[in-house]
Amino acid sequence: MSRGSPLRAVRALPWSGKIGLVLVIFWVAIAVVGRFIAPYPPGAFVSYEVFAGASGQFWFGSDFLGRDVLSRLLVGAQFTVGLSAIAVTIAVSLGTGLALTAAVGPRWLDELLSRAMDTLISIPSKIFALVLVAAFGSSIVLLTIVVSITYVPGNFRIARSLAVGLTRLDYVEVARARGEGRIYIALIEMLPNMIRPLLADIGLRFVFIVLLLSGLSFLGLGLQPPDADLGSLVRENVSGLGVGALAILVPAAAIASLTVGVNLLIDAATQGKVK
Amino acid sequence: MSAAQTPSLWRGAGRLILKRIGLALVTLLLLSAVVFTVSGLLPGDAAQEVLGRGATPEQVAALRHEMGLDRPGPVRYVEWLGAIATGDPGQSLVANKPVAEIISERLPNTLILAALAALVSVPFAFLIGMASAISRGHKLDRALNILTLSMVALPEFLVATIAVLIFAVELRWLPSITIVPKDPTFAQFARAYAMPVMVLAVGVIAQLGRMVRAAIICELDRPYVEMARLKGVRPMRLVFRHVLPNAIGPIVNAMALSLSYLFGGAIIVETIFNYPGLASLMVNAVTSRDMPLLQACAMIFCAAYLLLVLVADTIAILANPRLRQQ
Repeated sequence: MSRGSPLRAVRALPWSGKIGLVLVIFWVAIAVVGRFIAPYPPGAFVSYEVFAGASGQFWFGSDFLGRDVLSRLLVGAQFTVGLSAIAVTIAVSLGTGLALTAAVGPRWLDELLSRAMDTLISIPSKIFALVLVAAFGSSIVLLTIVVSITYVPGNFRIARSLAVGLTRLDYVEVARARGEGRIYIALIEMLPNMIRPLLADIGLRFVFIVLLLSGLSFLGLGLQPPDADLGSLVRENVSGLGVGALAILVPAAAIASLTVGVNLLIDAATQGKVK
Repeated sequence: MSAAQTPSLWRGAGRLILKRIGLALVTLLLLSAVVFTVSGLLPGDAAQEVLGRGATPEQVAALRHEMGLDRPGPVRYVEWLGAIATGDPGQSLVANKPVAEIISERLPNTLILAALAALVSVPFAFLIGMASAISRGHKLDRALNILTLSMVALPEFLVATIAVLIFAVELRWLPSITIVPKDPTFAQFARAYAMPVMVLAVGVIAQLGRMVRAAIICELDRPYVEMARLKGVRPMRLVFRHVLPNAIGPIVNAMALSLSYLFGGAIIVETIFNYPGLASLMVNAVTSRDMPLLQACAMIFCAAYLLLVLVADTIAILANPRLRQQ
């Protein structure tokens, strides 16, 4: 990412990055306005035919109950993108906050937090999420918390290594010699210098969270009806798999275009900086 | 492996490996505490849940006593840990069978699936990783980069859907759910496993391929590679003879990490293909809130992950003379 006008930064991206950027902007826009441009109410039975193919009336056909796939997709995208964005914000705030605490805090605290996170990182994330869902259930609020907790350890590890690297640098030493408090050093001196490298991690975690959330919904353990995110749409139409229904292919492809888009964008934006 | 390797070097490696084993056991112990706390202590009253809302307080109290729920948490944890460590994680609440029995039926299925997926993925991943590393910065490298980058981000159920559409619906080559007959012939076996393995492999190939590339490129930047190049060693020989032996450590670590990804992938793949494995069993345990079964499954997955990492660490230590000497 070069400094200067954002337009120039965009122009400097390789074509894969531009595709990624377009996909990301597209899905953010859909998440914001999708509910309002949906041609039919998402729960309305509008077609007499189930698993209908594409037509002028129903662009992506109808689902297993004869509802409009496009409308359900537009509303579902809002859940997927919105909840994932909230979850990634929680995960990164917690992970980076704890990492800064570990970096400027007393040594025993750093030891304790690092050991705890190392332990948690040894649980495969989907398994961890399953245990958490079994314990706490899957209302929207709990689900968001569960998926964010799952990805705190990973973010902590990256943020801590960044923060520890910074504590050795001159300007942090100077601030300490000036007699600044630990909170000041963490938030004013260190955090701003971690944000750029952290952006790539935030993007990756967003992808993981989208996949986990839709995976859980696909298993029937995520969003509960009548709410439906993109993963739920795949699940409820799984009986259409044998007839090659658009109703299952379109939401699955939608998730992929979102996650692939984010991945392409991060890769292009960090080219040459991250191995 | 030269004659200069004295026994003391191997003793150093042995000590290092023992330390890793100890560390893995401690981690597993801590994980068991996490799993038990989250699934056994926090969710409230299992007795109440079994009996439902209509139960009288006396009935609930009696069942609580019978299930041992009225004793303090740490006591229950130690008992649970002892039971699970001796291979008897208790009675499944829903199936009303011993958990050990249910798991021993399902575990081999998941192991077969994971082993097949690993077997298929590793060669492809190496091919992709090495091809990209050798052609670093060129068109092939960039194309493979974008390909693997996209494959990593694909949800398994999209890959599965597309695979079913192509191979089961259009071409009618393969069944869309996995039923393995008793004593299958090779053809039956291959037909049954082709799609689940294919879907699992996509993610692993991409992830492992990227990590193999990173590990090789990391070595390619070293001075000894420069030296070999100046001597006129050809690129192929450079990678196979000079670089690969040095990159073994990071590569086996990468393999452990991406194989552990198989567990996550297996959850979706087993469900979509209706495959009777451990992962789909765990999903059922979550749906029916069958905690003893859930806890046992979670511990098996954690132990498998730690074992993978441990094996990778051991190979890395044995392959690296510098680590051996520490």
